[in-house]
Amino acid sequence: MDIPYTVEVRRDTGLTNGKIGIWLFLASEVMLFGALFASYILIRTGAPSWPRGDTILNVPLATFNTIVLISSSVTMVMAWASLMRRRFGTYRIYMGGTILLGFVFLVVKYFEYSHKFHDGLYPSTSNFFAIYFTLTGLHMLHVFGGMLVNAYFWGPGAKLWKTNPVWFTNRVENSGLFWHFVDLVWIFLFPTLYLL
Amino acid sequence: MTSDHAADIDRHVRVYITVFVALMALTIITVAVSYLHLPLPIAVTVALLVATVKGSLVACYFMHLISEKKLIYAVLVLTAVFFAALLALPAVTHSDGYWIHE
Repeated sequence: MDIPYTVEVRRDTGLTNGKIGIWLFLASEVMLFGALFASYILIRTGAPSWPRGDTILNVPLATFNTIVLISSSVTMVMAWASLMRRRFGTYRIYMGGTILLGFVFLVVKYFEYSHKFHDGLYPSTSNFFAIYFTLTGLHMLHVFGGMLVNAYFWGPGAKLWKTNPVWFTNRVENSGLFWHFVDLVWIFLFPTLYLL
Repeated sequence: MTSDHAADIDRHVRVYITVFVALMALTIITVAVSYLHLPLPIAVTVALLVATVKGSLVACYFMHLISEKKLIYAVLVLTAVFFAALLALPAVTHSDGYWIHE
């Protein structure tokens, strides 16, 4: 049986089912990260003292990663725009770039984490590191998840382009919405954890 | 694909590039301000203000929220209400100290 409303929009919602689905999922994600942000505020305001992030974390590396993630959002939206222009080759380049930038983000994070572990700094070290590793770790999982989906649409999933280009374009748009959300979360995590 | 449609996408792409430049500039501002070592309440306000502007740019243009259907706005308004309640919880506990009574 075909999945309904993948290409044509439902008359009552004005949307494809995939689009409303991804937004409902993102709404639940807002609450997931929101709960952790609220925990962070509670732990920080309740602590007798709290270190400034830039005294123990690597700000230049995190700034570099912020630029990487923002750039990946641009390549992601350009990948979708390429499909809208019916340029599949260009789509593949931009989508490949998005995956690569996600990979760069994870590699930088790996170096950051291993440096901390080398210095004997673990989630159990302090409340600061507990919330730092929880928030950035969960965010990293999201980057990894988004990369998997994007890799599928770059590779085997792209076969759909030949049979149903509009459906494929919609799928890439939805995967992009998730990717931009991951970027958006980092935009708040970066100053909160590293700079304040 | 009609030529109108192509022109529409071209216009979108120009907006994406502009937003990208703005996001880069705002990232530099965020980091530069942190080197000023402002008092914490001011630093928090500035950092969150800049982050909100950056986040809004991503949401409005990359996620196309500037021109979305009503149902998605409705979902997001509901989410915003619950999100605000979630963030308000620490404020409530902090102000009367009851839940974190020592």
